[in-house]
Order: sequence, then structure tokens, then C-alpha cells
Amino acid sequence: MSSGEPRACPDCLRRSRLLAHLAPYIEKVATGAPGSRSPELLRLSNEDLAEVVAPKVAGQILARLEAVPERRLAQDLLAAECWACCRHDALFPDGLRDADDAPWALIGRGDSALLASLEPTGAVTVVGARRASTYGREVARGLGRELASAGLVVVSGLAFGIDACAHRGALEGGRTVAVLGCGADVSYPAAHHSLWRQVCENGLVLSELPPGEGAWRWSFPARNRIMAALAGMTVVVEAAARSGSLITADLAADLGRDLGAVPGPVGSRLSAGPNNLLAGGACLVRDAQDVLDAMLGPGVRQIERTGPPLGPLALAALEALEGGAETCDAIAVELGLAGGEVAAALAELEANGYASCSMVGVYSRTTLRQPAGI
Amino acid sequence: MLATARTFTLDGIAARPVRVEVDVHRGLPAFSVVGLPDAAVREARERVRAAIANCDFEFPLRRIVANLAPASLRKAGPGLDLPIAVALLTASGQLSWEALPRLAMVGELALDGSVRSVPGVLAIAEAARERGVEAIVVPAANGPEAALAGGIDVIPLEGLAQVTALAAGEWAPERPQPMSLSPAQEGDAPDLADLRGQPHLRHALEVATAGGHSVLMVGPPGAGKSLAASRLPSILPPLAPGEALEVARIASACGRLEAGLGGGRPFRVPHHTISAAGLVGGGNPPRPGEATLAHRGVLFLDELCEFRRDALEALRAPLETGWVSISRAGASRRLPCRFMLVAAANPCPCGRGEADPECSCAPLDVRRYQGRLSGALADRIDVLAAIRQPSAEEIAGPPGESSAAVRERVAAARELQERRLGPGRSNAEMTPGEVRECPLDHAAAALLAESYSRRRLSGRAHDRVLRLARTVADLAGTEAIERDQMAQALQLRRRDRE
Repeated sequence: MSSGEPRACPDCLRRSRLLAHLAPYIEKVATGAPGSRSPELLRLSNEDLAEVVAPKVAGQILARLEAVPERRLAQDLLAAECWACCRHDALFPDGLRDADDAPWALIGRGDSALLASLEPTGAVTVVGARRASTYGREVARGLGRELASAGLVVVSGLAFGIDACAHRGALEGGRTVAVLGCGADVSYPAAHHSLWRQVCENGLVLSELPPGEGAWRWSFPARNRIMAALAGMTVVVEAAARSGSLITADLAADLGRDLGAVPGPVGSRLSAGPNNLLAGGACLVRDAQDVLDAMLGPGVRQIERTGPPLGPLALAALEALEGGAETCDAIAVELGLAGGEVAAALAELEANGYASCSMVGVYSRTTLRQPAGI
Repeated sequence: MLATARTFTLDGIAARPVRVEVDVHRGLPAFSVVGLPDAAVREARERVRAAIANCDFEFPLRRIVANLAPASLRKAGPGLDLPIAVALLTASGQLSWEALPRLAMVGELALDGSVRSVPGVLAIAEAARERGVEAIVVPAANGPEAALAGGIDVIPLEGLAQVTALAAGEWAPERPQPMSLSPAQEGDAPDLADLRGQPHLRHALEVATAGGHSVLMVGPPGAGKSLAASRLPSILPPLAPGEALEVARIASACGRLEAGLGGGRPFRVPHHTISAAGLVGGGNPPRPGEATLAHRGVLFLDELCEFRRDALEALRAPLETGWVSISRAGASRRLPCRFMLVAAANPCPCGRGEADPECSCAPLDVRRYQGRLSGALADRIDVLAAIRQPSAEEIAGPPGESSAAVRERVAAARELQERRLGPGRSNAEMTPGEVRECPLDHAAAALLAESYSRRRLSGRAHDRVLRLARTVADLAGTEAIERDQMAQALQLRRRDRE
């Protein structure tokens, strides 16, 4: 792998600009018919794409694109504190070369050295529902943290729910890459601005669209294909039956990447996606170890499995928590203890990182590590 | 001829002295009231005219001017009817009352001359006593209330017709007994025993009450938030005599005392559409709001997230200081409002909670909703009690511990706090300096330091946890905060958004 700054040729940069010009037209075509997938469109050459999505103004748009001077392209990138890497550059991620619908250029913000080291064997994509359950969030966060601690790059989409949790976990343990459906300098959703900044500072944000471009409905399936191609394995944490995360899983399977899924309760709508994947032969993911085994071979790399020791009451509370009791009250009733004793036990669990408490007082188990000494 | 009578007008919850001067002299028949009267006082003319005529007095067909001094003070309410009538009778020579200069009087007149009750008689009687007035004439219905003031002769009056006999010394009404401010029958008040199961909630409420900490209860609708909140006054220690008088004074000023205060601590549940002025007081003339009505009691904000933001913002400073300051052109008033804040909210807009697969709220809606939970007012809330739907066995199970038993522990803990901090103060009001002086044992300090260094605790939350821990230790009766107590405090604290 050669080192140095990532570079992009003007033609490839123009392609990303073309996508921005055509975005509203693609929006009409790609979302007009149900089930149509924008990645199919993005296989087309510049001329064909313009002709298909905007036949009336195709010539006009292409002419305008040609007229953009090279200098301007570079200036726009610099102004947004971004850099670009095109498919002709040696730093372009190997994973994307496998895909025939790969973007021509990636616009990045953050650590460009991370891009250079981004290989399918060293990266895992974690995706899932935006409207995730507490269980899903905790699993995603735990997976993100342990995978990143084990040296893998965690790829996700910065969306609400599972994506954000995977990023947060990964930031606690190591490195992470966010692939956006808008410009790399735009934090979408806006509520994740601070997370976006953290990823920019400690990792990498990538996009196919030029800086400043907003998000489109079609651009999410489009960025999913990039996430699927970048990593050697895609793990779906929680997804309803027709979720965008399953598009990522399909795309990953098409590329011949490993597919993993975290099982969920059979009755939950949010488990339909991963449970169906498991039924279809996806790799069962219970913790980061399952991912490591699937990617690197069984037992090649071990994750740390024991946490700090706990007192007897805290151990009992941990067991009750794992048994499905979510609030302090429920645990107290299950253990038959007074409120104060359980409160102390839960505080011990929280202080040692075994459990976390939400703003509304719902406890959840954080990682799958067991305490030492049992 | 000229006559004067002394009276008082209510300003906020305080009474201000007013001198009623009535002049009757020749001229075209007219009756005017001057001296910043409000609409109710101006209408007194009609009531006074009818009452005098209907009590077999003669309404003089002369030029009558009633002046209310000081002229700069705005006079409000119908309580000036009686003094105007008495001064008018004296000025027109129909009444000769030698003791009039040493008396104060207050009361609203009905058209038939009977005297109706007015709000704020307790404050008026106290103000009269402080100004050296010997006796105060009050509506008969307000007698027991006025008698609470003590140190002043209370003369209950039923009708204007009785004035002649009273002035002549031919008739002396029986002096009223002060109304009882001790709590109503034990069995009548809602009892904490009705809260079945929910050990954590009980614990959280006990700690919060013991230290005067404000509580936020979060849980699905119907899980018992309102039930628990309405039981809180019953586990607060009984009001000290001085406190009971403060509560009675406020209730009296709002005309609520005779409705049967019961002597217990107030429990106020404003609806979430309430305005800022309704919550902390306001208007012109300034009237006390729900915060003041909840003084020494519990202010329960159900559906905290639905409250108007400006209303909650307005509550911040009063929560901190225990006073509401209302400034209006002319003067600013301070109304007391030391209450325990109890808030309840659903975990998400639909109420089921995100953990429930049935929850149909969009993540952005949940964020926005919970954002309001971490809003301005939330900074002042110490304890978080997560509530879940109690199971069938719990609901069918035996009743919980009674209020009396919990109250005993709470009172013991409060006593320790008062001994340490001074009378009437609780741990929730500790200054940062006092918080730092709380003795900690080694293990507790280590636990706090660890939580802080793991960034599970913000700097602001650090002191809050210490205050809570002090309360838990007070409940246990220990000198220094121990590790278990610190752990409980860490668990009970309100969570910030991560």
C-alpha cells in the first residue's frame, strides 16, 4: 500500500458533481417505482445516467459540468476541509474495486491515512434500525467497542439508532468510518453533529457526493453499497422486515462478503430482519468474538472476556438484568429486596460498566463480558 | 361632617393599611369614591347604598365623598364595603361609635346588609395587631380565621344592622375560637399504603422527601405516578406551628382557608396548560401562583414535558431561592414558595417507552420529547424514579408500608438536617460549600471519584449526588456517608442526556 495524500482526477470529481446536479432527477426516477434501487442507476456512465434520469436537460447539465474548471473542483474541496480519492488512485479502498457499481471518487473528511489502511479484511460494517430498541443499541455499542478494540475498523452510516451506537462504541475502543448519504462536510442527521465531529477527528467520514450536498432518499441505498463493499463482513443488529439495512446486507451478499446478524426476540418487529437473515444462513453474531471468528478464522484473535469483580448483590442484580428486568423496581421485585439495596447494587454495576441507565431510568446490560471470579 | 374608619387592603398576600374618610355635606346628591379604587371598590357605592337603606338607616341625600388613603395605593376587593358604610353612617350622624378610631374593620356587604366573608382576613388581622389596633371587626364567617392571628380582639359581625348595638355597647358578640390547624383525621388523608409493590419508587420517594429533593417520575401512563405523588404530603413531617400559620396565611389570601384546609401540607396539581403567571404568580395587582399555594407542601407537575417552556423557566429562580419576586409599576412583592417539586413524565410521546416494541414514536420525536426532560427546569431536579407497570401479583398483593411509618423515618432524618444546617433547612438546600464539608468514608469517596473519572458523572451531577448521599446517610442515621449510601445516591440521581 502506497502512502501519501489521496488524489482524485478531475473526471472522477466531475462525476460526483454530476450526481449532485442530477440528484433531484434521480430522486424522481429512483423513488417513483417501489423497489427500484438507485445503485442500479449509478452503474451507468455519465451520459447514459443523465439521459435516463433527465432526458430533457441532459445536454445542458453535461455541458455545464464540462465547463467547471479543475481549479474550482479543488477549491471546493479545500473550502469544505475535505479531500478526495478517485478509483484511479492507489489509496482507493480495495473493497470498492470489487464492486462494479462503485463510486468513481470518494470525498473524505478526517484521517486520510485510515482510508489507506481500509481493507475488507480489517473492517466490519454494522448497520441496523434507526428506531432501535434499548437492547439493539446496547448490542451495537458493545459490538462497536469490542471490534474497534480488537483492531478492526467499524463502518456505519451515522444514522439514528444502531448506526450511531456502533460509532459511539467504536470511538470508545478504536477507529470508525462513517459513510454518509450527503456531503462529507454535512452532519446528517443534524442532531448527530457532535458525533459527526468526533468521527471526523478520530476517524473518517466518507461520501460519494460533493461537499455541501444535502441528503436525498436515493442517496441512502447508494451509500449502503459503499458500506457493504468497504468491509469484509456486514452485521445487521436490528431491522424491520423491509429495512434499508437489509439492502446493505443484500449488497454485501452480492459482493460475496460475509453476512452476520444479531438474533432478537422472535415476536419483535425489529428482529424480523436479522432473524430472517439467520434463517437464510447468515453468521450468528452474539458478540465481537463471533465476528472475529467469522472474519479471521476461529480462535485467531480473542477478545477480553472478563470484567472487574462484583459483590454478591450486584451479581444477583446483573442476573436479573440479563433475565429481562429493566427498571430498578422490576429487579427489586424479582430479587425480593428493598429499593435501597437494589439501588446500591445497580450503582455498582453501572460504576463497573456492566449496565447503563437511560434518561428515563431504564437499565440495560452493556457488553456481554462476564465479571471475573465466577 | 367628616368621619374616618380604619381598614386594610390585600396586596399579594400581605395586608396594607387604608384609612377610609367619608365626607357628607350639602350639595347635589352624589356618592363618589376616590383614591385608586379598583372596580370592586367602585361598585361598593351601590352595595353600601342598598345595605344602608335596607337596615333601616337613612341614606343621606347629600354630596358624599369617600376617600381611601393613601391615595397612591391601589385598593382591591370588596372588603372596604363595611368601613365605608360605617364611616358614612358616622359622618351622617346616624351612628356614634366612640371606639371607632381604635378599631379596624373589613367585610363585604350584601344588599340586605348582611356581612359576607372576604379573602385575606388572617393577614389583615395580623397586620392590624402589628399596627396596634385594639380590635378588628370581621365577617362572622371569617371569625375563626381572624382569631388565628392572636393578640387582637376579634369581633364577628353578621349584619350592618348590628352596628348600632355594638357601638352603643349594648351587644357584644361571642368571640370566635381560632380554627384548628392540626392535620385532619389520620384515616381521611390518602395513605402511601395504597402504593403496592414498587419498592424502588417507595425508596426514591422516601429519600426525596427526607432531604427535600425534587423528584422526576418517569413511567407509562397508569403506572401510579399520580397516586404516588398525591401520597407525598402524607409522608412529609407535620407542619410546625409557624409553618402552618404561613400556609394558612397564603390560603386565606386566596380565599381558600374556609374551604377546609385540614391543616395538612398543600398539594397542588396545576394543569399543564398553565401560564407562567399562573404558576409563579403575577397579574396586576399581583396574585400568588401555584408555586406560592404549594408553599411548605408539594407542587406536582404531571406531564412535565407538556408544560409551556416559559412557565417552567419562570419556576427556576423561585425553586432556588424559595421566593417569587413580582415587580410591578409601583412596588415589587416577594411571595414565599418553599415547596417540594414532584414532576411526572412519560418515557416517550406515546407513553409506552422505547423498550416496548409497541412504541410507535419516531426517534426524532423521542429525542425532542426527552430533550424537554433535560431542559432548564430539569437542572433543579435531583431524583429520578423510573416507574413500571406493576405486575398483577403486586396489585393484588398486600398493601405497602403505611405513611405513618415512613413519616417517622423522614422526620428523624429531617431533624438531623436541621440540627446540622439550621431550622427549616434540608439537604437539598445545602450550598456547595456545605456539600463539600459532608464527611465521606474512604470507600464512598473512591466510588464517587471513580464514577466521576469514568465520566458517568458530570461536574454538576457531582454535588447533586453528594447531597443525595447525605440524605441517604441521614435516613440511616450515620455520621459519615458510607459506600452503600453513596451507591444508592448514584443510582437515584437524575440522568443527564449522554
